[in-house]
Order: sequence, then structure tokens, then C-alpha cells
Amino acid sequence: MSSVMTSAISVSGLRKSYEGVEAVRGIDFEVAAGEVFGLLGPNGAGKTTTVEILEGYRQRDAGDVSVLGFDPGRSERAFRERIGVVLQQSELWPVLTVREVHRIFAGYYRHPRDVDEVIGLVGLTEKQDAKVKTLSGGQKRRLDLGVALVGDPELVFLDEPTTGFDPAARRNAWALVRSLRELGKTILLTTHYLDEAQQLADRVAVLRDGEIVRIGRPSELTASAGVQIRYRRLGEEVVLETDEPTRTLHELTGRALAEGFELEELEIRRATLEDVYLDLVSEEGT
Amino acid sequence: MTLFWHQLRAEQLTFWRSREAAIFVFLFPPLLFVLLASVFGDGVEDGRRVSSYLVAGLIGYAVANTALGGLAITLVIRRESGLLKRLRSTPLPGSLYLTTVLLSNLLIVVLQSLTVIALGLLLFDADVPQQTLQFVVSLVIGAACFAGLGLAAAALIRSADAVAAVVNVIVLPMSFLSGAFGTTDNLPPVLELVADVLPLKYLIELVLATYVDGDPLSQHLGAIGVLAIWGAGGYLVARARFGWEPRER
Repeated sequence: MSSVMTSAISVSGLRKSYEGVEAVRGIDFEVAAGEVFGLLGPNGAGKTTTVEILEGYRQRDAGDVSVLGFDPGRSERAFRERIGVVLQQSELWPVLTVREVHRIFAGYYRHPRDVDEVIGLVGLTEKQDAKVKTLSGGQKRRLDLGVALVGDPELVFLDEPTTGFDPAARRNAWALVRSLRELGKTILLTTHYLDEAQQLADRVAVLRDGEIVRIGRPSELTASAGVQIRYRRLGEEVVLETDEPTRTLHELTGRALAEGFELEELEIRRATLEDVYLDLVSEEGT
Repeated sequence: MTLFWHQLRAEQLTFWRSREAAIFVFLFPPLLFVLLASVFGDGVEDGRRVSSYLVAGLIGYAVANTALGGLAITLVIRRESGLLKRLRSTPLPGSLYLTTVLLSNLLIVVLQSLTVIALGLLLFDADVPQQTLQFVVSLVIGAACFAGLGLAAAALIRSADAVAAVVNVIVLPMSFLSGAFGTTDNLPPVLELVADVLPLKYLIELVLATYVDGDPLSQHLGAIGVLAIWGAGGYLVARARFGWEPRER
């Protein structure tokens, strides 16, 4: 089949400015059908602008964008039938119950999923008759996710889905996203939590100042980084970064033996995605 | 069409479920009618029963309060909460959504009017409508005009915290000056000038004509014209300035 069938999202040369300030400066990426793709970056890096262009909320200034074979800039109804959106902030009708809100949204789609099933999927069965305004923050986000799924979308946009969650709620949300992947959904996730991207995303693009500075599997991002060797000497912490850990370590231990000192608290570790990420987003220039 | 009924039902459900809206928007005009008619409703003025006059006046107030005030409050709160933005990404067409919001408001105006009329008949010996069909047409003209102004207000008011205060500052003085709560024969000339410009006076003129006096609408084309101009102006402002996304974030 054509690439339209295998690639859920295809972006090339995407640009967007607000009042002369370039928020997105020519980015390219592809998301395969069924893939969980993470857009990672600090606030103001251009994540939300990019996602909102793909969702059809904003018009791009330049570049080619195809989402499920549609141009999202035209925001056609057939396109909106096939996507599910969880916004960073949206408060649904506070006086309606969880079930009523799901039923209202279900009515907007030609082929909705069973409302009870969706409520069960997002773990709100016990709260189905509770009014939205009585829900906790985490429960409200699950409601947002439920109404995003009720139209049985192929592609789900999750904009910072766990911001403000406590650790237990985040784990629950992650389990939920994993279950979406098992349903075969394509997911575009934005986050500024690295562990979230590492846990959930098949591939990650790191954005900085409107450009993609790195793209790949979380494991590839960390593999390309060096290894850190840490130890203490005379109370001072020493950190060595190296691309050749065997040689560096051999030289180090050789010297320590020859000179007769101990490598206190010796530790060797591969850089975490967080190290790579902080490195990437703090680099000047490039 | 099913989508239309689905959304109209959803709008009605949210209106009646929210007790604040149901009380302040729906009950306030009938309540004011009962109070005013209890105090002033006995006499005859300008050849009309005062209670009948007040039926017309409070229907005018109900239209302004619901179609302008209630609509603006609903839309601004939903916009600022992100609900309007969220709805934009569903297959529900934006025009269909706004249409159901407007018609849901019209439905509430009709129910309010029926309530005021019933109270007038039962408690204050007011008249029955003289020109029923033309009275209904007046109501629709008024609701359409004030809904346009409500859309414009929603487009211009930025904050969900301010919207209720702002619309009340518009609707209540306008209603008073336009004679919704009693005749305004003794207004100072400046205020009379203000009342002459504002649309509510002309809606009350149409309701008085069709409901109380039994005049046909064809004798009040000027009033219809003023309402049409205000309404069209409102829709034009809304068209230029209305947005679906939160302003204050």
C-alpha cells in the first residue's frame, strides 16, 4: 500500500510564526500507524504549536502536513471523525455526570464506541453518575481521555496528559496509554517529563526553540551519549565523560593502583535520557 | 438532523441541570413580574391594564435577560473553560453548535413568556394575547435581535469572571429605561434619548402592540427596523470577533 496507509502523520518543513516570532522553524518527522510518538521539550519549544497545527486548530505558515491522509488545516469533518484530542486544559460541562458527558460526545460521531465500555476503559465506572465538578484532577483528565476515545479514533493527541498528577495517578495514566497502544491507536504525546517519554514513547523528537534537535528511540538517544565515570578523591567528586569507557576505566584504575589511591564511591553509568535531554535543550547555538 | 436534536437536548440538559442559571435566568423575570404586578398591577394607564402592560414589559426583559445575558454568560464561560475549543475538534459543526445554543435560548424565552402570561392571567387578571401569531413573531424577532447582541457581547467580553457583572450592567438599566418594569413617561430628556436608541424599547413596543393593543405588526415597521439594525450589528461584530479559544490563559 502507499505510504499514506502506513504513515499516520507526515510533517516536512513545517513553520509557524506568531507576530514575527518563529515558534516552529522548519521541522520534519513521520509517525507510523500504531506508533506512540513523543514530542519532548521545555515550555516554549514549539510542542503545543506543532500539535495544534496537526489537530487542525492552527494554520501553518509553510510546509507539508498530512494527518491520516488529510490536510488538517482544512479541518474537514471526516478528519475530525477519526481523531481524538486531549487538550492541556479543558473543563467539560461541570453539572453533567460522567456518563452524560460521554453520551453527548458519542452522539457527535458516526461510529462511536459503547459508552459503558469507554467509561470502564478509563476507569471511571464507579464515578459514572458523579457530576464532573465533583471529580478530582486525575479523574477529570481520565474523563478528557474517555471523551477523546468515545468516537473510536485512529489517532489520539495527548497534550501533556499527566501534568499536575501525583505519582500514583501518573502510573495509572501510563497504564491507560499503554492499553491504547494495544488497541492499535496511533498516539502523539507531548510532555516535558522525560521519564514519561521513556516509559511510553516508541520514538521521541526533542524540540528546542522550534527545531528538532534529536529524534529516535529513547534507547538510541541514550546510546549515542557517552558513559559517565564518577568517583571521589580527597573528598572531591570527579566526573569523567567518555565514549571509550573500557580504555578510560583501564587507565584510571591503572593509575590508581600505581599511585596507590582508592577510587572511592566508584560508579559507572550510561547517561539517562534526562542527561541527554538536559544536554540537548541547554546547548547554545548548534 | 439527529445531530441537531442530540445537541439541542444536551443544551437543555445543561441549562436545567445548572441551578444557578435556571434560577437567575429563568425564574428572575417571572419573579419580578409577580412583585411588580402585586404592587402596581391594579390600575389602568394609557387605556391599558397595568398588569397587562407589565406582562409585555417583563416578556421584553426576559428576552433581553436570556437571549443577550444568558447567552453571553454561557458562551464566555464555555470558551474560557476550553469547552468550545474541545468541541471544535469533534465532528460537530461549529455552525450547528451555535444554532442549537441560540434555539435552546429561544425555547427558554418562550417558556418564560408562557410563565409570565400564565401568572398574569391567573393572579392579576391580565389580558390574553390579542394577536397570538403576531405576538409569537414579535418574540422571535426580539430573540433573534438580542441573540445577535449576546453573541457580540460574548465576542467582546474577555473574562469569565466579569461576564455576569457586565451583562447585568447592560441589561438591567436598559430594561428600566425601556419601560420593562413600568411606564417611563417621566424620564429626563437625556435618558429618554438613550432609551430611544436602545433596542429593548422597540421590542416592548411590538409586544404591547400585538399582545395588549391588538395592533398588527405592519403598523410598527419602524420598531422592527431598529431591532433588525441592532441584531445585524451584533451578528457582524460576532462574525468579526467571536473566537472558540480561551482568551485569558
